[in-house]
Amino acid sequence: MTTPKVLMVGWELPPYNSGGLGEACYGLAKALSEKGIEIVFVLPQKVDLDIDFMKLEFADIKMDKKKLENFYAASSIFGKSFRKLSELPGNYIKAAIVYAERIGDIVEKYNPDIIHAHDWLTYPAGIVAKELSGRPMIAHVHSTELDRTGGNNPNKEVYEIEKEGLIVADRVLPVGGFMKKIITERYGINPEKIKVIYNGINSRNVRMLPPALTSFKNMGYKIVLFLGRITLQKGPEYFVRAASIVLKHKPKTLFVVTGSGDMQEYMMNETARLGLTDNFIYTGFLRGQERDMVFQAADLYVMPSVSEPFGITALEAAANNTPALISKQSGVSEIFQHSLKVDFWDIDEMASKIIACLKYKALGVDLRRESKKEVANLTWSKSADKVLEVYRELV
Amino acid sequence: MSSICLYFQVHQPLRIKKYRIFDVGNDHNYFEDFSDTNLNNRKVLEKVSQKSYIPANTIFLELLKKYPEFRLAFSFSGVLLEQLAKFTPQVLDSFKKLIDTGRVEVLSETYYHSLAFFYNLSEFESQVELHKDLIKKLFGIKPKVFRNTELAYNNDLAKWADKYGYSAILAEGWDGILGWKSPNFVYKPVDTRNIKLLLKNYKLSDDVAFRFSEKRWSEWPLTAEKFASWINAFNGNGQVINLFMDYETFGEHQWKEDGIFEFLRNFPKEVLKFTDLNFVTPSEAVKKYDALDFIDVPSIVTWADTERDLSAWTGNAIQGSAISCIYKIGDKILATGDAKLIEDWRKLQTSDHYYYMCTKWFADGDVHKYFNPYESPYDAYISFMNAANDLKIRVKAHQREDRPQKNLK
Repeated sequence: MTTPKVLMVGWELPPYNSGGLGEACYGLAKALSEKGIEIVFVLPQKVDLDIDFMKLEFADIKMDKKKLENFYAASSIFGKSFRKLSELPGNYIKAAIVYAERIGDIVEKYNPDIIHAHDWLTYPAGIVAKELSGRPMIAHVHSTELDRTGGNNPNKEVYEIEKEGLIVADRVLPVGGFMKKIITERYGINPEKIKVIYNGINSRNVRMLPPALTSFKNMGYKIVLFLGRITLQKGPEYFVRAASIVLKHKPKTLFVVTGSGDMQEYMMNETARLGLTDNFIYTGFLRGQERDMVFQAADLYVMPSVSEPFGITALEAAANNTPALISKQSGVSEIFQHSLKVDFWDIDEMASKIIACLKYKALGVDLRRESKKEVANLTWSKSADKVLEVYRELV
Repeated sequence: MSSICLYFQVHQPLRIKKYRIFDVGNDHNYFEDFSDTNLNNRKVLEKVSQKSYIPANTIFLELLKKYPEFRLAFSFSGVLLEQLAKFTPQVLDSFKKLIDTGRVEVLSETYYHSLAFFYNLSEFESQVELHKDLIKKLFGIKPKVFRNTELAYNNDLAKWADKYGYSAILAEGWDGILGWKSPNFVYKPVDTRNIKLLLKNYKLSDDVAFRFSEKRWSEWPLTAEKFASWINAFNGNGQVINLFMDYETFGEHQWKEDGIFEFLRNFPKEVLKFTDLNFVTPSEAVKKYDALDFIDVPSIVTWADTERDLSAWTGNAIQGSAISCIYKIGDKILATGDAKLIEDWRKLQTSDHYYYMCTKWFADGDVHKYFNPYESPYDAYISFMNAANDLKIRVKAHQREDRPQKNLK
């Protein structure tokens, strides 16, 4: 097989990213290019990126960047409290359509062998690229409207665009088996054209940093971490409820909440209502080293997601030498053996496992050691190998 | 002339139910699970009985009737016999029938299928005594051959068994202890007077126990005829071929659909076609053959995993913490004199609990995962430690009660 030329239709790349989508696209594209795949990565707007392993193209859709900063939060905001501001997702839908209108020149210029589109915002453009080039299209699914909104008022138009993309695509690549199930059951897609591609992580990039939250630790507190967007999808209310049970048995526990989102106020109110305020710290959104520091300070990372297509933070915890308790309703739980697992709704079990981890020291010792070994093997290179198999089937 | 010595381990643990921190201090029935999972001990025992014990016992009884030369040995754990008596008494009866033929030897082991020898000698001796009493009571037999849990063996254990008058002890015929020697001879443990050592031929044993239905194996399918011819190949170059395996090999680990019972049915016939092959029990083997040489085993050898050491039970931090937690409270538990409390403590010594906490899955393939009724080794550890903490609370409650009342003047 001669190496195929791949047109990747993306929405964002780091550092201009709002969440996991950009990180995942970057990790995958880099690993694929290291295996000799020629990638042209298309973004909707011109941004200043220092990337040399693949060619970048910008469709120049001329939309207000500010408004498009955070499409993940947007659909959930829409679903939750700002339902009246319907121009918000409207803007995204418009952006996705303009993106599709402007991709023609790029397709013509490169004449790709494969079109590889990432999430719904790029599917209209992916469909157009497929039609113009007559080449197969891959729909990579990092999240769906149903996960993003936790099933709460999903945007019908977004759902329809998503569905159209999945129907037209020759192959559909969700990031977990949990999402594969949603795609077959809720989008009616033939399971035979779906292949799960788990995300990877470059765990070697993580450095051990000077300890944080030492004053609490010196007072004998154990630290339990919630880190992620504070939205319905991430299950913050289950975290708070489990915390209230934990504190009855282990009063010297500090619950650290890192992240922001539309349920932050609700979460804080719940904390207060249950009388847990003294044992909760809200750090806001953290990036980079600060984020690694809070991971490393924690005795346990808890990811109680209601619906989590993948859940890269669980692997980030492991890379930071921190044990993880993760929701079984996540893609990552299908591959991450050396973690504690729980159904997000089972707060008693969640609390029981948090307490066990704080009480029985050996548990953390083994989870740390084994999960660190494990994440070293969950690399983007392995994910890229699976994607390569799909490319080979298509060309 | 060469002999075949068959010994089957018959054991099912009492698995700990999902026991949460909230149960500590409230619920002392650690082993009573009524769920549909494999933590339900009754359910598992009934399944294993149907798939394995009942059909295998039927076949062995036929074989013993048909071939007067046929011999075999069982080692039953006490926890298994207790469960048989409680949940499937008809299976216990069918074992009795086999033993009543007089050609089925019963071996000695610890009642609780524990690793106590390496942690608490007097506790180990108590468990061996308890087991002896039970075997006497159920089968009217006094065992003369010792085998330790998981075939865990070293020089000290051999010396102990020698002192207590056993005629033989069993161990894994591992290359690490044999060097260039063959497992197919009778040996003598170093520094012992009368006892002899029988070593498992792991290659031939595992051909049946692990590889029988493995279709990628170059020797698949394994017929009784082929297997008997392999054994016969040792004729003249070996005294006794020791085939040691779990009894659940028949029907549970290797399935009926893959022909394991056909294999079993034909096995004695194919063996006895060779006129200079016969069957012996472990006792007969050591009576019949002199020891060829000494065997020195300073560190512990078991029959598990590629390492053949205790690492499958005590290799990681959670296993180490669980086992030390249990043996640390031993004296206090025994001091209470509370029979139920002591029994529960002993049930927590069963080696399987620690095996379920093994995190070596990736290196040793699926064996650990297949036999694990818990979702993960960590879940096994959490239930175990919570139960162990409940034991500690029960001990404390005793100590409060037993404290001599001060004279209130």
